[in-house]
Amino acid sequence: MEAFLDAFAAALGLIASGDRDLIRIILLSLKVSLSAVCIAALIGIPLGGLIALSRFPGRQALIVMFNALMGLPPVVVGLMVYVVLSRSGPFGVLNLLFTPTAMIIAQVILVLPIIVSLTRQTLHSLWLEYRETLQSVAATPAQCLAAVLWDGRFMLITAVLVGFGRAIAEVGAVMIVGGNIDNVTRVMTTAIALEASKGDLALALGLGFILLMISMALNIIAHGLTAFGEPESRS
Amino acid sequence: MKTFPTSDPAIPSPEPGILPLELIGAGLIRDGKRVLKDLNCRIEDGAGGQIADRPAKTFIIGPNGAGKTLFLKLCHGLIQPDEGEVRWHGPAANDGARIKQRQAMVFQRPVLLRRTAWENINFVLKIRGVARAERADRCADLLQQTGLGRHASTQARALSFGEQQRLALARALALDPEILFLDEPTASLDPASAHLVEDLIDQAVASGMKIVMSSHDLGQAKRLADEVIFIHRGRIKERAAAPTFCNRPENDLARDFLEGKLLWWRRRSVYEDGEEQCC
Ligand SMILES: Nc1ncnc2c1ncn2[C@@H]1O[C@H](COP(=O)(O)OP(=O)(O)OP(=O)(O)O)[C@@H](O)[C@H]1O
Ligand SMILES: [Mg+2]
Repeated sequence: MEAFLDAFAAALGLIASGDRDLIRIILLSLKVSLSAVCIAALIGIPLGGLIALSRFPGRQALIVMFNALMGLPPVVVGLMVYVVLSRSGPFGVLNLLFTPTAMIIAQVILVLPIIVSLTRQTLHSLWLEYRETLQSVAATPAQCLAAVLWDGRFMLITAVLVGFGRAIAEVGAVMIVGGNIDNVTRVMTTAIALEASKGDLALALGLGFILLMISMALNIIAHGLTAFGEPESRS
Repeated sequence: MKTFPTSDPAIPSPEPGILPLELIGAGLIRDGKRVLKDLNCRIEDGAGGQIADRPAKTFIIGPNGAGKTLFLKLCHGLIQPDEGEVRWHGPAANDGARIKQRQAMVFQRPVLLRRTAWENINFVLKIRGVARAERADRCADLLQQTGLGRHASTQARALSFGEQQRLALARALALDPEILFLDEPTASLDPASAHLVEDLIDQAVASGMKIVMSSHDLGQAKRLADEVIFIHRGRIKERAAAPTFCNRPENDLARDFLEGKLLWWRRRSVYEDGEEQCC
C-alpha cells in the first residue's frame, strides 16, 4: 500500500513539474490521434452522409460492413497494417513501419467505421424528418446534404469525439505498427504498458491519470453537445 | 410582395408558367389498397381571381382519411402515381426543374429546420438564389406578415404549433410559387391567426398565385373557396363552384358531410362503393 501511495505521489509530482518525457509522450499521443481523427472525419462524415441520403446498389452491405468494423480489435488492425507496411509487404518501399505515420494509418482504420456509422445514423434520422420538406422546396442533393450536415453538426461532433476517445485509448495497433520506440513512437498507452511491466509505476500512473482526464473531458463535452444539439422541441 | 428578376421593376417579364395541371386517371396504391382512385381533373391557373369562371382558390374537402393529403402530395409531385398520370401543361412545363421550383406546399404537420424562425425562411430564399441583402428584407417582411415578427430569433421548434404552422406558410410564400398547396393550414390556429392566414391567402391570390387547399372548416370554405373538390374514399365525388357546393351539393355523400352526418361507422354499410382490393 505504501509503495502504491509513493508511486501515486511521484506521478502527481511528474505531472506538476511538467516532466519532459511525460510531456513529449502526451504530445505525440495527441498528434497521432488528432491527425487520425481529422483524416477519418474528412473521409467519414461525407461518406456517412452519402450513405444516409442516397440509394445505390450495395448500400445495405456497406452499412452492415461499417457497423461490423466498429468493433474491430485494435491488435488485428495493427497486424494488418504491419503486414502491408513491412519490408516485404506491398507498401514496404515507403519505409513507414515504426513511424508515427504508420500509427496514424492504423488509427484511421480503427476510427473510420465509428465515424461513418454514427454519422449515417444521425443524418439518416434527420433526413427521414426533412426529406419531404427539402424535396418540396426543390433543394438540390448537395443542398439537402448541406442542410442535414449543418443541422446535425452537434451530433456529428459527438461522433468525432467518440472516435477520438477510441484512438487515444487504443494500445494494440500503435504498439504493433509503432513499436513503442522511445522518443519516436512511444505514446501514452504503450508507455503505460511498458512502464507498468517494468515496475515503474510513477510514470505509468501519471500517464494513466492524464488519459483518464482526457476521456472524462471528452465525455463531458459530448454530453454537453448532445444536450445543446437537441433544443427544446414540441413536436 | 412579388419580386421579378428584371432590371426594370416597372416592366415585369411575363414568366412562363407551369399551370394548368392535369390528373389523368391517377391512382395510388398503398399496402395493397387503392387509396386514390381514378382521379381526373384539371387545375387551371387562377388569373389572380380576376376572371369569373377561373377559380383561384380550389378547396379539397372530405372526411378524415378521404385522401386529401395524398391528393395534394400527388399534385405537388412528392409522390408518384401508381396508375395514370400527373401532367403539367403550361409553357414552362417541359422544364422539370422549373416545375419543381414554381410550386410550394405547407404540410398538415409542418417540419421546420432545427434553426431559428428567421433562418428557416432565409434557407429557402438561399435555395432560390435570392441575393443576401434582399433576403434579410424578405425574411423580416414575411415574419411580420405572419405575425411572427418578435419570434425572428426563436428556435423554430420551440414555437407553439400554431406559430409553427404560420412559419411554414411564411416559408412557402418566400418561394413565391405559381401554385401553393396548403394542407389544412388553419386547423390548429386560433380565430385571429386563422383570419390572418386567410388574409395572407387572399393577398397571395391577388398577386397571381393559385391556391389549392384542403380544409375541414366548412365556414372557411364558404368564405374563401372559389370551387370545391369533394373527395371521399380516394375518389372525386363532386366538383362544383363553392356556392353551389355549399348550398345544394349534388352528391349524397357531400350532402351528408355538410350536415355532419357522414359518420365513419356508417361508411361501410351505407356508402359501400365496393372496396377495391388490388395486387
Ligand atoms: N403509406 C400508407 N400506407 C397505407 N395507407 C396509407 C398510407 N398513406 C395513406 N394511407 C391511407 O390513405 C388514406 C388517405 O390518407 P390521407 O392522409 O390522404 O387522408 P386525409 O384526407 O388527409 O385525412 P385527414 O383529414 O385526417 O388529414 C387513409 O385511409 C390512410 O390510412
Ligand atoms: Mg390530411
